[in-house]
Amino acid sequence: MELAKAKETFRFHTRLHLTELTGLRATNLTQLSGLIKEVPGSCIYHHTHRFLQQHQYLSPEPPNDFAYWVTEILGEDELGEMLSSIDTIKYSTIRSLRERITDTIDDYLKSNPLSKMKFARTGEEFHFIKSVSFILPTDYSASDLKEFLDILKKVTIDSIYFHIFESRLRLEKNDNDFSNWIRTSIGNNLLADKISKLDPYTHTLEGLRDNLVSMIERELAR
Amino acid sequence: MAKLEEYIPIVGQSIIDDLKLLAKRLEGKCVQHINSTAVGGGVAEILTRAVPLLNEMGLNTKWDVIKGGQEFFEVTKKFHNCLHGRAEEITQRDFDIFMESSEANIRMLNTYGDIVFVHDPQPIALVKKRSENKWLWRCHIDVSNPNQKVWKFLMDFIVNYDSAVFSAPSFSQRLPIRQFLISPSIDPLSDKNKELPQELIDSILRKYEIKKDKPIITQISRFDRLKDPIGVIQAYLQVKKYIDCQLILAGGSASDDPEGMQVLEEVQEKAKQDPDIHILLLPQNDIEVNALQRASDVIIQKSIKEGFGLTVAEALWKAKPVVASNVGGIPLQIKHKYSGLLCHSIDGAAFAIKQLLHSPAYAKKLGENGRENVRNNFLLTRHLKEYMLLFLSLYHTEDVVKL
Repeated sequence: MELAKAKETFRFHTRLHLTELTGLRATNLTQLSGLIKEVPGSCIYHHTHRFLQQHQYLSPEPPNDFAYWVTEILGEDELGEMLSSIDTIKYSTIRSLRERITDTIDDYLKSNPLSKMKFARTGEEFHFIKSVSFILPTDYSASDLKEFLDILKKVTIDSIYFHIFESRLRLEKNDNDFSNWIRTSIGNNLLADKISKLDPYTHTLEGLRDNLVSMIERELAR
Repeated sequence: MAKLEEYIPIVGQSIIDDLKLLAKRLEGKCVQHINSTAVGGGVAEILTRAVPLLNEMGLNTKWDVIKGGQEFFEVTKKFHNCLHGRAEEITQRDFDIFMESSEANIRMLNTYGDIVFVHDPQPIALVKKRSENKWLWRCHIDVSNPNQKVWKFLMDFIVNYDSAVFSAPSFSQRLPIRQFLISPSIDPLSDKNKELPQELIDSILRKYEIKKDKPIITQISRFDRLKDPIGVIQAYLQVKKYIDCQLILAGGSASDDPEGMQVLEEVQEKAKQDPDIHILLLPQNDIEVNALQRASDVIIQKSIKEGFGLTVAEALWKAKPVVASNVGGIPLQIKHKYSGLLCHSIDGAAFAIKQLLHSPAYAKKLGENGRENVRNNFLLTRHLKEYMLLFLSLYHTEDVVKL
């Protein structure tokens, strides 16, 4: 079967990030929830996505800094589990994700008022941090699915991360860039849907790459 | 000095490609680093390796050093201790001495860089010279609980910089300028971290009469109360009741530090009953430190206070299971039970060491995770990348920057 040429070539970009400090810190759940409501979206993005990049070798958990801190520092395992099981892929904006996190904490505090009394020890406070992203085009571009696959195997995980996570949520596109290109430029809706349905938050980044590669290899072998 | 391409087998071609992409975006800019010493200390160590690599990428990078007499450096040492939260008397005379030397440097030193990157408090006052160029201040020390008198004095200068950089989130303060988090790094190709042949490791063990017949627990640190060497011996003795093991406490020469000599004597006194405790003075011998870390079964870093604690990254890079105190920059390097074990006490340290010695598969997994954590987050290449992003941030204020 002849390979479909893309209507538009896919230019791989990469995203490199710098961590900006805010000087804001929380020592208990009430402060945590209050600050989550106030801080810039870049903070929420950082704390829900940092682990994906910094701990990519771990099998997927823990998924976000809030869950980690609540569990490991405050010892609130139940709330920690609730926060780690928030289905991030369901949210297409930082605003909606932020609301879900604060609602989860506030509801928990209503049912467990004693939890307001738990404080982090000195040095173990939750520090709010922002992610500053720099998006750069790489030298790689693909004009069909085979080229796309070859590049996918060798680009940095930062590039995969950008097209799968950042582009969808932070730049508020509805879908990830790969599915979008495969659907609109290659015209393969089935493969595009399969990639859209992946929950990238439950994979390590290298695991995600392997998954994408085998999906496309299977498609090319058909 | 290592060339950029020598890092490819360690971090991958694509990471090096990204560095080159970033350097291109800074074409035509000159970055001038300024610190207080050309040799000795962590800042000089990092600059020695970073400056040639940045130039190799095409980013015009210079490094200048301020001048100061003995009095000036005595005052800056006092500042350093105060910023770490230690009680020291600071007088107006101290501030005057600091300003006299600073004014001399302001007159003598040409701040020609498009970006002037000032490291630590010693050269901080140079910012009085700022013109149209950009200025960065990098604080390498733990200022989570600084002496307010000294901090306020420094603040008058800090606010005139474009941005400040700290090594850990807990060091950040509420500031009217942007502040970034950039961790220090280790160089995988330096003598302290490069791969060593087994024969060399064995010969260094023989030199110090250390047999490999029982598990080795090691702490690499200078003999300083803040590194708690006595606490390490107590933890080891608790472990020894159940597991026949040996302890190495190795660190640099303490001859110029009266308190250090006293600590060393106390440690030697405490250790003399037990032939399995090896106290080694290793004056700046990076290869030997490397070999001892590689020969160890468990590495411990039981500090009471720590700036960043790069000895932890060094141990993790060698895929060693590490038990370390939850202080300073250590929790950035170790996620408890994922890439090492954190502790808060002597009992906790002893328990963690026993766990690791009894469960070699678990210990191995923690060590492997630790090595990958260092590969992703604490190698020199990541440091270079973040420095270049920092330089770019001076020309872009938004949170998502499209280059």
